[in-house]
Amino acid sequence: MSVVTVQLGQCGNQVGHELFDVVCGDAHDGQRRSYCSVSRERFFHQTERGDLVARAVLIDMEPKVIKHSMNKAANSGRWTYGDDAHFSQKQGSGNNWANGFCVHGPRHEAALEELVRRQVERCDRLSGLMAMMSVAGGTGSGVGTYVTQCLRDTFPKSFIVNQLTWPYGTGEVIVQNYNSVLTLAHLYGLSDAILVHENDTVHGICARLLNLKHISFGDVNRVIAHQLGAVLQPALTTDSHGLYSRNPLGELASALVCHPEYKLLSMSTVPQMPSASIAYSTFSWPGPLRHLRQMLVSNSKMEEGIDWQVRLPAASERSRSLTGGGRGGGRGGGGAAAAAIFNRSLANLLILRGKDVYSAETGGFEDPALFTSWLSPRDAFSLWKSPVPFNKYEKSATLVSNSQALLRPLDDMSLHPPVR
Amino acid sequence: MTQSVVVQVGQCGNQVGCRFWDLALREHAHVNKTGVYDDALSSFFRNVDSRKSDGGACGFGGRIQHLKARAVLVDMEEGVVNEILQGPLSEVFDSTQLLTDVSGSGNNWAVGHMSYGSVYREQIVDKLRKAAEHCDCLQCFFLIHSMGGGTGSGLGTRVLSLLEEEFPEVCRIVTSVYPSPEDDVITSPYNSVLAMKELSEHADCVIPVENQSLVDIVNKIKHMSDGGKPGLTIRKDSSIISGQGGLRGAEKPFDAMNNIVANLLLNITSSARFEGSLNMDLNEIAMNLVPFPRLHYLVPSLTPLYTLADVSVPTRRLDQMFSDAFSKDHQLLRANPKHSLYLACALMVRGNVQVSDLRRNIERLRPSLPFVSWNQEGWKTGLCSVPPVGHSHSLLALANNTCVKSTFLDLKERFTKLYRKKAHLHHYLHVEGMEQSCFSEAITSLSSLIEEYHHLDATKGKLIPDAPRLSIAR
Repeated sequence: MSVVTVQLGQCGNQVGHELFDVVCGDAHDGQRRSYCSVSRERFFHQTERGDLVARAVLIDMEPKVIKHSMNKAANSGRWTYGDDAHFSQKQGSGNNWANGFCVHGPRHEAALEELVRRQVERCDRLSGLMAMMSVAGGTGSGVGTYVTQCLRDTFPKSFIVNQLTWPYGTGEVIVQNYNSVLTLAHLYGLSDAILVHENDTVHGICARLLNLKHISFGDVNRVIAHQLGAVLQPALTTDSHGLYSRNPLGELASALVCHPEYKLLSMSTVPQMPSASIAYSTFSWPGPLRHLRQMLVSNSKMEEGIDWQVRLPAASERSRSLTGGGRGGGRGGGGAAAAAIFNRSLANLLILRGKDVYSAETGGFEDPALFTSWLSPRDAFSLWKSPVPFNKYEKSATLVSNSQALLRPLDDMSLHPPVR
Repeated sequence: MTQSVVVQVGQCGNQVGCRFWDLALREHAHVNKTGVYDDALSSFFRNVDSRKSDGGACGFGGRIQHLKARAVLVDMEEGVVNEILQGPLSEVFDSTQLLTDVSGSGNNWAVGHMSYGSVYREQIVDKLRKAAEHCDCLQCFFLIHSMGGGTGSGLGTRVLSLLEEEFPEVCRIVTSVYPSPEDDVITSPYNSVLAMKELSEHADCVIPVENQSLVDIVNKIKHMSDGGKPGLTIRKDSSIISGQGGLRGAEKPFDAMNNIVANLLLNITSSARFEGSLNMDLNEIAMNLVPFPRLHYLVPSLTPLYTLADVSVPTRRLDQMFSDAFSKDHQLLRANPKHSLYLACALMVRGNVQVSDLRRNIERLRPSLPFVSWNQEGWKTGLCSVPPVGHSHSLLALANNTCVKSTFLDLKERFTKLYRKKAHLHHYLHVEGMEQSCFSEAITSLSSLIEEYHHLDATKGKLIPDAPRLSIAR
């Protein structure tokens, strides 16, 4: 039931650090003991003195970021990274996927595998591995893909989930599209599930929902970490029979990745508001859940500016084709305009955390119209609950969705620049 | 952490280099308050304890004993190098790093490249190798030279090809000072064009700088500090032309201009030396900004030029800094990139700037900048948390832009004017190893380079048809 995290490249290491901070803080807040102990066991190894050491391996081809992350963790006083759990070289990958995948990866394969093995051996029971990286750079994308390949070879029966950060659409690295496409092409054959975060979306959340004036990468990373934490922290699932689930990655993959050709998962969380406003807000389930459902249907990335005009297609259009019309949403050929931008899902996972979870009404998510015709809602929709509030919100809901939401960014990425 | 070696050739190269080392020491003194020899310092300096018997190199973590620059100084006349050795920077260099001769190259590219190139080949390679051996992980060679003279241009490009031969995997970033039209060296067009061919073939990327632009910037700053609005004084150590706080006391002529180039080099390497939220290493520069191997000329611009001394005056808005980076007045080459086509652009930000500021400004400025059709989102961004001395933030923009074409066209025109009359040719042809064909090859190379830029320019605003894809044999 432990998850070993592999942090790759600058982005992977920075986001990973925030994730451990979030889960450590969450389990720290005097919550229920079983929740805390499951969460701690999942992410940290406890030394004899009671110190928490993250179950993580930090990999980067240049040393500055790892040094920074490790120092920050050590200074937090609550948890640290293992002293020997990191690997760095002197010179980075130069934003070159080929450099990462063909040169650095194979060169250091033995050392990297050894580091991961050491972390895995410390786990009583391994629930799975999570690799965190960006797709725009050289190390995260190139070395990350190679490491995922090694993990798949070394642990063929374990669940491997990749957490990818996609770059800003207006350009962060000029060759980002090459690096991204190469990464995704390889990961599809190796990974069990691919969780995607887009910088643009998260930036929008910071700007419009959290009302931050000056957004730093730290803020962006913290939002990503909170979303990941909402998914990975202990929850009660249908298979766990009243106890916190011991197999989060496996249940995530089996709930959502119903077909090996469809592995890209996107996430949205409600509510997201400035911390100053939390004290003045009341939380109830119906409102946020309704918003979340419409966010899914209209492919809206955040709780603001949701297009309420988009509706589910009528029953007659649904059975038209397997994928519901291919690109651009459920266009069943001559369907209603509203159905044209409807975001069809293959599978959805809803995670509720907080007070009164048992009374939350989630029937709206089980509507067959949301899904394809070849999966019944019973199989396509999963619900996890936890009575413990997360991230200061009295009630919060996270939707992890395997849907067409990521089509537009994928299209943009593969069109520019045209590959010769 | 990687190391870089600076190779300075010729009078201009050495004078700029001297300013670079002075300002580098100033910057590190500003940042490194503990006196510990750390990674950032090691990228340009060695720590040497002269009391040790084995040559004294000290590793990281110890106290700074004696800093030695990772540099090789080459000049065919002694004046400039001797001056450096007698000045306050003498401690930073030792005699094994210097290569001098007595009589100079006589503003003759052929003398520099062919004669001195062959005579001193072994020694140069030896010194370069020694400098490389002192490095744990050598990433980049920075070559500083001018294009118009004889040594910098001729011997400098010879050194460049030696670097490619001996150290093929190490990146070569060349800072070239191009002559202005009113240059005092009559044969500068010949020297420049002959050098251009070498740069196009052997450099990984070239950062061209023009004397006239440097002069304009210096005048602008001086005007601001002397005659500007009453009550608005510039912080003395903050302007990019100032060497205040460095070792050298009195300012010499050309110092102001050379400080600009020195600041340029410091800013390029800042993200590799210091930490930040989005690091940009030196090998990423060529990777992102050079779409085709020969088109590796990157137009630099540095902002802000100075900060005001009076802290109660509201600091110029951050957005102004971004706008300035694209304005004609801040380019270090006389060109207007906004009117030409961008192939790629890198923004290296230092200091107290967040990603939201960066994204906001990119979105704001993007519509007014013409980008090539296959690279519409062609931005490479880097954020370094350590600002330069005297500023709270700064921006270096490197643009691969077709506006360099006008500089090259200018050069070609001046070359052709002389070449048509065969003026001054005999000085070159007398040199052993130099033939008329060298000239014709050089001008052909320059013409084809101009043609490539021209070709791209013609596509401005239009979609280029895709190159035919490979078809899979069935």
